[in-house]
Amino acid sequence: MTVPIDSVRSYLIVFATLVGLTVATVGAAYLNLGFWRSIFVITAAAVNAAMIAWVFMGVRHSSTLVKLFVAGCLVWLSIMLIVTFTDYTTRHWDYRPAPWSQSKAVGGSH
Amino acid sequence: MADTIIVPSPHGSADTTHVRHHFATAAQQYDAASLGMWTFLITEVLFFGGLFTSYAIYRSLYPDAFASTSAYMNVVLGGINTILLATSTLTMALAVRSAQLSKTRSLINYLSITFLLGAVFLLIKAYEYYSKWSEHLIPGTGFQYANSQLEHHVQIFFFLYFAMTGMHALHMIVGMGLLVMLLVKAARGAFNAEYFTPVRMIGLYWEFVDIIWIFLFPLLYVIGAR
Repeated sequence: MTVPIDSVRSYLIVFATLVGLTVATVGAAYLNLGFWRSIFVITAAAVNAAMIAWVFMGVRHSSTLVKLFVAGCLVWLSIMLIVTFTDYTTRHWDYRPAPWSQSKAVGGSH
Repeated sequence: MADTIIVPSPHGSADTTHVRHHFATAAQQYDAASLGMWTFLITEVLFFGGLFTSYAIYRSLYPDAFASTSAYMNVVLGGINTILLATSTLTMALAVRSAQLSKTRSLINYLSITFLLGAVFLLIKAYEYYSKWSEHLIPGTGFQYANSQLEHHVQIFFFLYFAMTGMHALHMIVGMGLLVMLLVKAARGAFNAEYFTPVRMIGLYWEFVDIIWIFLFPLLYVIGAR
């Protein structure tokens, strides 16, 4: 069966990058980077995930159909995140009724 | 299932070993298995995606409560666990490579190392859960938090923490069971350059589970750190 075999060197390069970005992520927890910390650590995680998928999971050698499925997965995930956030950021969802003991009028309008 | 029996294909295939009768060639069977595995992994992405979406919404609604939990999260242990899992994805990839090269001895070695790294990860996770238990941070009636004003919203964080890391740990336990199955089959000489599909598919699963952790670690441990 003809499936390409990767070099050990390519695996070690990916592994070294994974460890480097993980150490940088731990370091970011101790630095006062404010908003940029979130951006950095999530970007680092996305880079790590992409490298694992592309090299270790062999997406780069996979058929176009598999690549299309992987891309489709990201589209569905972004639909879930974007549409849900659109809803939560444009409506007052964190409203919670007062406990019964504090309720003044039963059946009254809010 | 006898892996070494040659099954003649009724479709007149040249590749006969391990090829089920409804596939023409071993390559076609491998492609079908890959696509099926990726389809399963996509459902897993959306399953965990729901949890990640919940996390993102509650973090944006209650940023102070979520940030306050950083005092109880051990970044160093989380980082060690991240590196353990990264190493296990390397050894899993090397295990697949060994199978592709028909190197049974090194396949068994790499699968064993992958299993051990997974076990150490779970032990560290168990220690972290025990710490949360000792500090009364399990959501429910026994929950106690230093800042009583934030307590309600902090419980949401810890509920998500246990749901996300718990589901991840469950996937690891399943993966370790699959690794044992691979080890038994590999010891019987089931895998070689002509047939390594199960090693590849379980490798995909194991590496996917690591990707989930790669996102859990920064979100739960690092973002809110002070």
